[in-house]
Amino acid sequence: MPAKELSPIEIYRSLPGTNCKECGEANCMAFAAKLVNREAALEECTPLLDPSKVEAYNKLWALLKPAVKAVEVGVGDNKLTLGGEYVLYRHEFTYFHQPAIAVDVSDEMGDEEFETRMHVLNDFNYHYIGMELTLDMASVRSSSGDAARFRDAVKKAGELTRKPMMLCALDPAVMEAGLQIAADRRPLIYAATKDNWQMMAELALKYGCPLVASSPLDLDGLKSLALTLEAYGVKDLVLDPGTQPNRYMSTNLDAFTILRWDAINEDEEGLGYPLLGVPMAAWTEASEDPVLSEWSEAQLAAALITRFTDMIVVHGISGWALLPQVFLRSNLYTDPRKPVSVEAELMTIGTPDENSPVLLTTNFALTYYTVASDIEGDKINCYLLVVDSEGMSVESAVAGRKMTAETIAEALTNYKVGEKVKHRSLIIPGRAARLSGEIQELSGWNVAVGPLDSSGIASYVSDKWKPYPED
Amino acid sequence: MTKPDKLTLPISRDLLERLAKFQEIELEDVEMELDEIELDIEGGGGGMHPAQMARLAYEFALIRDSASRITQVLGGYTPVGMPQPTYGQQVTALAPMAPVPKPTKLIPAKVTIPKADYVGQVVEVKLGATKAEGGTRSRSYTIGGEKAPAFYNFQAPPTNRPIIALDVFDWPKVRLSKAVKMHFEEVLEDTGEWARVCVEKFGAEMVNLHLLTIDPLIEDSPPKAAVKKVEEVLEAVDVPISIGGCGDPKKDLAVFTAISEKIEGERLLINSVTLDMDIEKSAKLIKDHDNCVIAFTSMDVNKARELNRKLYDFVPKEQIIMDTTTAALGYGLDYAFTVMERSRLAALKGDPELNHPLSSGTTNAWAARESWMKMGPEFAPRELRGPIWETITGQTLLLAGVDYFMMMHPAAVNALKTMIDGLMKGDKPTDPADWVTLRVGG
Repeated sequence: MPAKELSPIEIYRSLPGTNCKECGEANCMAFAAKLVNREAALEECTPLLDPSKVEAYNKLWALLKPAVKAVEVGVGDNKLTLGGEYVLYRHEFTYFHQPAIAVDVSDEMGDEEFETRMHVLNDFNYHYIGMELTLDMASVRSSSGDAARFRDAVKKAGELTRKPMMLCALDPAVMEAGLQIAADRRPLIYAATKDNWQMMAELALKYGCPLVASSPLDLDGLKSLALTLEAYGVKDLVLDPGTQPNRYMSTNLDAFTILRWDAINEDEEGLGYPLLGVPMAAWTEASEDPVLSEWSEAQLAAALITRFTDMIVVHGISGWALLPQVFLRSNLYTDPRKPVSVEAELMTIGTPDENSPVLLTTNFALTYYTVASDIEGDKINCYLLVVDSEGMSVESAVAGRKMTAETIAEALTNYKVGEKVKHRSLIIPGRAARLSGEIQELSGWNVAVGPLDSSGIASYVSDKWKPYPED
Repeated sequence: MTKPDKLTLPISRDLLERLAKFQEIELEDVEMELDEIELDIEGGGGGMHPAQMARLAYEFALIRDSASRITQVLGGYTPVGMPQPTYGQQVTALAPMAPVPKPTKLIPAKVTIPKADYVGQVVEVKLGATKAEGGTRSRSYTIGGEKAPAFYNFQAPPTNRPIIALDVFDWPKVRLSKAVKMHFEEVLEDTGEWARVCVEKFGAEMVNLHLLTIDPLIEDSPPKAAVKKVEEVLEAVDVPISIGGCGDPKKDLAVFTAISEKIEGERLLINSVTLDMDIEKSAKLIKDHDNCVIAFTSMDVNKARELNRKLYDFVPKEQIIMDTTTAALGYGLDYAFTVMERSRLAALKGDPELNHPLSSGTTNAWAARESWMKMGPEFAPRELRGPIWETITGQTLLLAGVDYFMMMHPAAVNALKTMIDGLMKGDKPTDPADWVTLRVGG
């Protein structure tokens, strides 16, 4: 059943109904509501784990299970989940597991390039509103077709990173050479095709690893492979419909959209598995400049992230190309049920005193988190006046008159800012500069126009701002 | 407690007993070596963390699975009554597994191609007018008309091509990022020339003129001066144009009125009418002079409906485009994307108040600091980081259904246009791309 249509009542009916509170909720109905929102796990209901309740447990499990199976790769702290999704469109519920980004290395790369790539995989990290945007996996491929070379490459990769791996070789003998080294790390095997599926299935079973079913440009063939591998006993599958270079974007979007639609809306057998996208297909096209390939790859990655992929493989490792990809997936996998705005209030940052600066921002969540994390990061002791802009950014709020001189003057009075500091100097965002005169007039505070971007607040406060301009 | 290469789990006796009831695994002629699993039993030690329990059950499931496989390998036979694991992600059903022989050849299958059963359709809006149509433009464009979500080409062939317009400002001091400004340095002082460069050099399909100087807080220039600017741009380029105001509801209406009355027949795109303007006057103005309008609201499907509803009293639907606000990648793009996606899906499902072409101020991508800021060498050069930021902001909204883009950086315009070309053509490759054996340096 699609997650969007599940009601707490349906879940409640199969719960023990004892209101025992062991799950931490006040009663079974509250727990049912949490389950429906996937904010609690079924196993938190201890009475349900009693053998006598096994039927109810299995019924609930089936009701709550994601339409796209959650497939785990890697082990221990570095384990990650692919898939585990319930809906086609994020507004219908939310997406749960960000698509994993795997960095390409091959067994024919020189040591220096190989190591550089693994370092980028390990060290890429960008701090963004309290989150860390990082890369997730190594994709080690056999371009040589040589088993010994592949084994060495897998060994080297395993030594250079603790992150999960995907092993890529279509020759089962080459694959097994890699698996002998890395099987205990539960790598993803790429791939079973219409030609090698039986041998690859045996390897997946023998080594207990998840397996990609690959059938480029043939969706019927992909479903056929998936059903066959299922029947063979391989439980953890990932589907690869093939990714084509950018000029065939329509082919890519069709494949990914059809597969995800069928899994979610049609509950179609064999298709409820995570999808693998390979933006590095962009590099298979001749190009006069690697920058153009990397640019195309970033666009292809972004398109697949928008259209349902659960994992991607990229060859380009430049920060300018990776940054928009990690931003986009973070954005689209943010829970849309969370509000756009934070509470309007007077925030205390650090340990301000009566001479500390008073800064102004809006209550749009992203604006607020950006500003707050900048001034906290730069250790500026100050007051931050968060004005209700109906959840709009500074620029839009000023243009749309959601933040006006009136609302700012009111906030200064309501939050008794004048009792916190001795001075009467308010720093407003550079993007609200046009309001400065009016604010001054209405509130009686001196208005100092701060920087356009909150990254400039620290130097602005230390170099330019004076609480008492007349001194 | 943890020994290397061994799985060690704390476990309560109570749970062990429960599991013993569940896991009645009987294997004939098979001896399992379990020496890699060590159960560390904490006798009588209360409850156990649910996550640990789930994890434990999962591990047992793995044992069960491999036991099952061992029996299969040895005899192709699964012990009757072997239970499926009952907790965690691996659970499928409780029913005993029937002995199923492994397939020896591929099971044939057919994937369902989802049908388009949408009852709604986006209206078509015509922008600009050629001589034959009563204007002076070399061409006009029709946008909208979608019968399926954006580029669901398997459900319906794409209808009208989304259009990319470039922003032109009538105020040389407008704040522009360095990576953008470098392309327009020579023409900042000459609005007509700026427009010409956009069209002739950078392939703009339309020009968005933004009349910033009319802003009472900038130059407060009179409507008459604005009319002159518009005439200048119409003279310099032969593509359809859009006229943007300064955001002051009264001043904008005065300026739009002067322009509409002076310049007839061009089917201008007025950017924009908002809920806080005099909607009746604005709407009548659009209707009386046969222009088009962008109905602009702030990331809220209900406000978009409300504004459209108010406009319907005076303006035919075929003259309305909606803009639900574009936020930059990293700074609200998710909200912008979802409001557009929801609006478009609602329109296709028959919502009569949202079935308009969508417009996006993609230039807002440059509000993201990551698009322009100097960052560490690992993120350089920003001359690439900026335009790809704008490209991906635009591309993401293209996939939500945007029909009209207002953009700024030539490289981003080019990249998005190329993508639109490909999607409109829908070429299919004959052979799949082989990336596994690819040899590529760098």
